[in-house]
Amino acid sequence: MADAFFDGRTPAIRHRPPRLMTAAPILTMGGISRTYGDVQALRSVDVIVYPGEVLGIVGESGSGKSTLLRMMNLEDTPDAGTYHLALPGRVDDNLFTLDRFQRRMLRAHHIGIVYQNPHLGLLMKHSSSGNVAERLLIAGERNFAALRQRAREALDASEFPLTRMDARPSELSGGMQQRVQLAKAIALEPALLLLDEPTTGLDVSVQALVLDTLKTLQRDRNITMVLVSHDLGVIRTMADRVMVMRSGEVVEQGLADQIFQDPQHAYTQQLVHAKL
Amino acid sequence: MKINELTKPWSAFNYGFLDESAKREIRRRTLKAVAIPGYQVPYASRDVPIARGWGTGGLQVTLTLLKPDSVVKVIDQGADDSVNASSIRKFLAKVGGATETSDTTEATIIQSRHRIPEEKLREDQILVLQVPNPEPLRPVQPDMSIAREMHGDADYGQLWLILYEQLVRSGRIMQGSSYPSMVNGRHVMTPSPIPRWDVPKLNQADHLTILSAGREKRIFAVPPHTSVEPLVFDDVPYRVEDHQDKTCYRSGVEGFFMNELPQDDGSSLYELSDSHFGIKSIRKAEGEPVTLGETWYKNGRME
Repeated sequence: MADAFFDGRTPAIRHRPPRLMTAAPILTMGGISRTYGDVQALRSVDVIVYPGEVLGIVGESGSGKSTLLRMMNLEDTPDAGTYHLALPGRVDDNLFTLDRFQRRMLRAHHIGIVYQNPHLGLLMKHSSSGNVAERLLIAGERNFAALRQRAREALDASEFPLTRMDARPSELSGGMQQRVQLAKAIALEPALLLLDEPTTGLDVSVQALVLDTLKTLQRDRNITMVLVSHDLGVIRTMADRVMVMRSGEVVEQGLADQIFQDPQHAYTQQLVHAKL
Repeated sequence: MKINELTKPWSAFNYGFLDESAKREIRRRTLKAVAIPGYQVPYASRDVPIARGWGTGGLQVTLTLLKPDSVVKVIDQGADDSVNASSIRKFLAKVGGATETSDTTEATIIQSRHRIPEEKLREDQILVLQVPNPEPLRPVQPDMSIAREMHGDADYGQLWLILYEQLVRSGRIMQGSSYPSMVNGRHVMTPSPIPRWDVPKLNQADHLTILSAGREKRIFAVPPHTSVEPLVFDDVPYRVEDHQDKTCYRSGVEGFFMNELPQDDGSSLYELSDSHFGIKSIRKAEGEPVTLGETWYKNGRME
């Protein structure tokens, strides 16, 4: 037989049974609660994210999804709860106990974020390549040629036109600004990419292009993503698993198809039907 | 016993103009600044009889350091004879009994705006630099409390980003003066508006440098034998002004920092920025017994 599998040279491979391994979560949050004044923004929320998956978080405005994302980005500390990231060479401690400097370094090296408002994520008076370079500079890169090269690669991966890499974000369209944010977020190959309403405010055709870029990145680089959106269409396009939040609580979670085709909770049913 | 025998004799002002509690505070702040090289120490900047922005920070430090046997030199952009430098020097002599000098090698305290003398300073000399804006992060972070946190975290990425942007836009680093420099591998400071030419003189120097901003109420310092490294990329070396081949038209000396004097025909003449070094060079050339001190730069190159 001509097939290399059956020519007798690789019998061990042919007969070896597939190895089954349990995937350890890359992100584990437990019992996250947060109160702002009289408002309970999060009520004992648990989150688990596995390597390479896209977790979609949906909910109406004020449901606590962006607050939860800020916790994941270590921008805020909850009143109660723990946060673990499984990172190579890192002791598995509660990340909320880290000081400001440690949080900044962890963010710089391991977490990327794309905000809904590009003004939160970009320095508008600096060039697009400079915005990407800033992240590399924080991480300690001090070689100008290497900065240029790595910024170019990240922008290219985000499908940003390289002829405009030195244009300021303020001179770019909303979709291009989101691509610069994305390039900045992935420049250091983060373990976790957080996306806070990345396509809100963009017109439908640009939304589709940005989502297409995200899907390509997720496929090619196998980046773990947490996507927050109130747009069920975006979540349906991107997410493997979906978590539905309301009034600071998780009311339902499951595989994307399951949530969209067979919602169990009344609120989820209302959401899905409202969309449809 | 009469009352005038129990009290000190009246005088118009305290020795060194500032009251003792002010001098004590500034000395303590200065000691802290020396202990943490490059760290900006806040202090209660007092009023002195010159306007804010004219060297009040430097003057307060100099007044605090002053002793009756002090020999003071005051320079303004390299010149000993500008109105501001002359006024401050005379004031120091009047309120502290200090001896005035223009010679760098004779001075024990050198107060300066925008220049470090060309002759090397010794360990028994103190350089006081006047600083208009002590915060190197001001261009990237207008909020002072956030800037202090950034110093605490050594979060200086955005300063490198400014240099990156200059290289992208202009093909070279355009920062002319106040070049941000890392002190002792920890804090980034602005070395006051001295030219790039002068920044390497602070690195591993024998003398103590105290930098003081009166309006902004900050003191910081570079102790002797401390590293001062301008922020640079690995593959883009630090460059000083191209004055190596310029010749002073008055003294004939070359290889030092020059003032450019544009001429009517479009050409330029150059004269030594360090005015007294130029005067000494002329006197020496005329055969007078003048001793020139050792210089930081030799043939236009730093050792």
